Order: sequence, then structure tokens, then C-alpha cells
Amino acid sequence: MTIESLSDLKRTALHELHLELGAKMVPFAGYAMPVQYPDGVLKEHLHTREKAGLFDVSHMGQAFLRTTETPIGSEEAHRAVADAIETLVPGEIRKLKKGGLRYSVFLNDQGGILDDLMITRPEEDARQGALFLVVNAAVKDRDFDLLKEKLSGRTTLEILESRSLLAIQGPKAAGVVEALLPGSGAQGFMTMRARAWNGVEVFVSRCGYTGEDGFEISVPDTHAGDLARALLDHPDVAPAGLGARDSLRLEAGLCLYGHDIDETTSPVEADLAFAIGKRRREEGGFPGAARILKELAESPKRKRVGIRPEGRAPAREGTEIQTTDGVRIGVVTSGGFGPSVNGPVAMGYVAADFAAPGTALNLIVRGKALAARVVAMPFAPHRYFRG
Amino acid sequence: MTVRYTKDHEWVRMEGDVAVVGITKHAAEQLGDVVFVELPETGRAFGQGDDMAVVESVKAASDVYAPIAGEIVDVNQAIVDEPAKVNEDPEGAAWFVKMKPADASALDSLMDEAAYKKLLENA
Repeated sequence: MTIESLSDLKRTALHELHLELGAKMVPFAGYAMPVQYPDGVLKEHLHTREKAGLFDVSHMGQAFLRTTETPIGSEEAHRAVADAIETLVPGEIRKLKKGGLRYSVFLNDQGGILDDLMITRPEEDARQGALFLVVNAAVKDRDFDLLKEKLSGRTTLEILESRSLLAIQGPKAAGVVEALLPGSGAQGFMTMRARAWNGVEVFVSRCGYTGEDGFEISVPDTHAGDLARALLDHPDVAPAGLGARDSLRLEAGLCLYGHDIDETTSPVEADLAFAIGKRRREEGGFPGAARILKELAESPKRKRVGIRPEGRAPAREGTEIQTTDGVRIGVVTSGGFGPSVNGPVAMGYVAADFAAPGTALNLIVRGKALAARVVAMPFAPHRYFRG
Repeated sequence: MTVRYTKDHEWVRMEGDVAVVGITKHAAEQLGDVVFVELPETGRAFGQGDDMAVVESVKAASDVYAPIAGEIVDVNQAIVDEPAKVNEDPEGAAWFVKMKPADASALDSLMDEAAYKKLLENA
């Protein structure tokens, strides 16, 4: 990577701060992003699990989807926008509580995953009929085009181009955020609250991508640097880059779009059936419902599973998975070294007959078969806030 | 003792008639925290530039190439047991292998310290 090509990339509002902190910047989804700071991936990962890590995730897409069928600010308006987005996702959005977040997936007509996303119903009565969406950076343009095309005449989409997104994750995150944004520490897991900070409105969501308690804070670009610095001023908070974000989410058993899930994988194959609402299973009415409901009833042909290599050698993305008899049954979609597990961890797809925890497998690493086992995920226990 | 370098960031120095091989400080810094090392078996022979060992950080795996042709006579089990040693002292205690060179004069074709430093400056 040369300096010239990095300069062609988009920059987040925290770019100067990353450089000041000594970040190693890399291209990611069209942005120059910090892959690590001088502490390095291993320490950033462990610090996040022990105290709190601050991540710039401003490359992700943020938007408000609003109904145009009913005036905003009523229960009916929420029903209208929920019914609209439910034509694209299999989640129960209609019954989402005010101020609640839901993990969901955009589906194509074959039941494949176009992206995974967070859908939030605002808490305020005056905002009923709007949904706050956070989507992956790499496919955000496609997601937004999908919403505009498929929901035209029913909704409008306001893409929040001038908002940054900061994630603060780890057991100390709640105390740090509470000090700056009072009330946040008492927020339930998977809830969002709009709060005032230095004269601007920030959206504080208790969620994350590490398996730890934590928050994602949507803040206007104009105030993102100040908020990041205020968070970093706390002695428990250290900056963490995309490298640590990846190893943390892998240990937490969470999918990375484009790797562990894509247009060919269904939510059932991907072990994301929890994202398919009970009413939706009965009613259908989402793209690819025929395939997905069949897979729910009969079990899919392949499943995403956690895999622990028995030795110390990591098995990376693309590693072939075989039975102990040498028959190819799948492929690793994410793999590496888990700093908190202190050993190699991986996830991948295997033929359904080999998906039970405890099943012995071989991983073909540099031409050699390494013994491994299917294990239940997460690799590192989730420690979400449970009130 | 003169140390020689490759463009792939291995170092090699002669100790008697044995060549000691490792990766440079620059390579270790670029990799980040080393979490896994795989070394060849003693007795195996390699040509110059052959994949000889593997070193992995949290994020990525890298091959280590044989800087010269020769036969492995010893490997540093300490870095297999404790990969972090590679970051602590890559050009000293964290050597990778010892080789019996097929031709000791092959070292002369590698970079000296000044040439390697120049390579890093121009990278």
C-alpha cells in the first residue's frame, strides 16, 4: 500500500486523531481505517476484554427510514414503517419496543444474505414511524439502493452522511459512558437513547461486536473528535483498531459480512435463525421465505459452526475442512488466533451431518491435516449487560 | 561476526561452520505480536528461497524462506513454546534454525547490514 493510494480513500472525522495516536492506516471498504495502534492487535484485544477499547466505526452506514404512508409520530406510523422493512428482512420489527434494537439481515429472493444490520425503533413518541439503521460499510450503497428501490412510495431514506459512529466496548465502558452521558449506564442491552452532549444530539446504543458490554454512539462529525478524546481521557480506555475488532468478534462467534455470511448463505445455514421472528415463521412474507422456512423445518444442507484446532496452528479463512477420512465437507470462513482463548479459533461451514459439537474434523493447513473439533460458540463467553 | 540479510527480511550469520538464521527486527515489528511459530524438522534440506518455517501474528501468517541452501541441524524450540520471544529479541535469542550450508560462500551473495538498511529506507 502506497501513500498515494491511501490518499484516494475516504477519511472518517477521526482521521487526524488516528494519526496523532500513531495508528497504522489501511484501506478498508473505501476508507482509510486504523488497523492497529502502537500497542498492537494483541494488547488492544486484551485491553478491551479487561477494561475498554474505543473503535472508530464511522465507515458504517447510518440512516433513518421513515414511512410516508402515515404521519410520523404515531403507533400507526411505526406499524407502517415496520411492515415496509419487514418485506426485506425476516425479523419481528412490528413488535420491537420503543427504544429497542434488533439484529437482522437483508435477504435476496433466494434467501441469501445481502447484509446484516441493526434496526432501532426510536424511543420518542414524535419519532414513531422512523427506524434508525446501521449497515456494513462495504455494502452500504447497495443496501441504501435496495431500500430506495424496494420501498419507494412507502418510505423515505435519510442517509446520515455527517454522523460518525464510535464503539466503546469492554467491562469498564458503562462507567466511562455514564460519566459523559448520564443515564447511559442504566440503559438495557439492545436499547438506544437519544441524549444531548455539548449541544448536539447523540444516539447511544447499548450493543457491540465484541461479546462485551458496550455502546455504539452516533455523533455528528463536528463533535466526533471531541467525544472520542473525552472517552480516551479516561485511564481505562485505549484505542483499538480493526485488527482487534476482528479477533474480538471472532471469539464472540459473530459473523463478518462478506466472509461468514454472503448472498449464498441463508440465515438458517449461518446459525442466525434467532433473527427470524416467530410471527414471521408463521406468516412468511420476506424474500426467500420458501427456502428459509423449508430449512427451518428440515435442517439446512450445511451449517456455520465454531471450530477449535487441537494444536497451536491457526487455520485461516479459506482453509479446507475434511472428515477424519479425508472427505471435503466445508471451508473455514474466519480463522485466526484468539488472544483471550489463547489459542487458535475458527468458524466455517460444514455439511449438516458434521455440525454437532464434539465432531472430529481435519483442517488442511499448508498441505497437512490438523486435528480439530466442532465446538459451540462463542469461544469467549458473552458478557452483555443484563441489568 | 558478519550478519547477512535477505530482501525477505531473514538474517543469517555463521557460527563456526553452522549458519544461524532468523527474522529481522523490522520483520518482527511488521508482523506484530507473534502467536505461532512452525519450524522444520532437523535433517531436512532446503534450497535457497524455499519455504522453511511459518510465523503468525493474530492477523496473518507469513512464510520464512531459507536464506541459503542447506540442511537443518538444529531448531529453536524455545520460540515454538513461547512465540512472543520473536518480538523480544528477533536478532538474538529468538533465532529460528541452524543450517549446515551447502556452500558457505552463498552468504556473500546476500546483503550486508548497510545494504539492508538502505533497502528498509527505500521501502
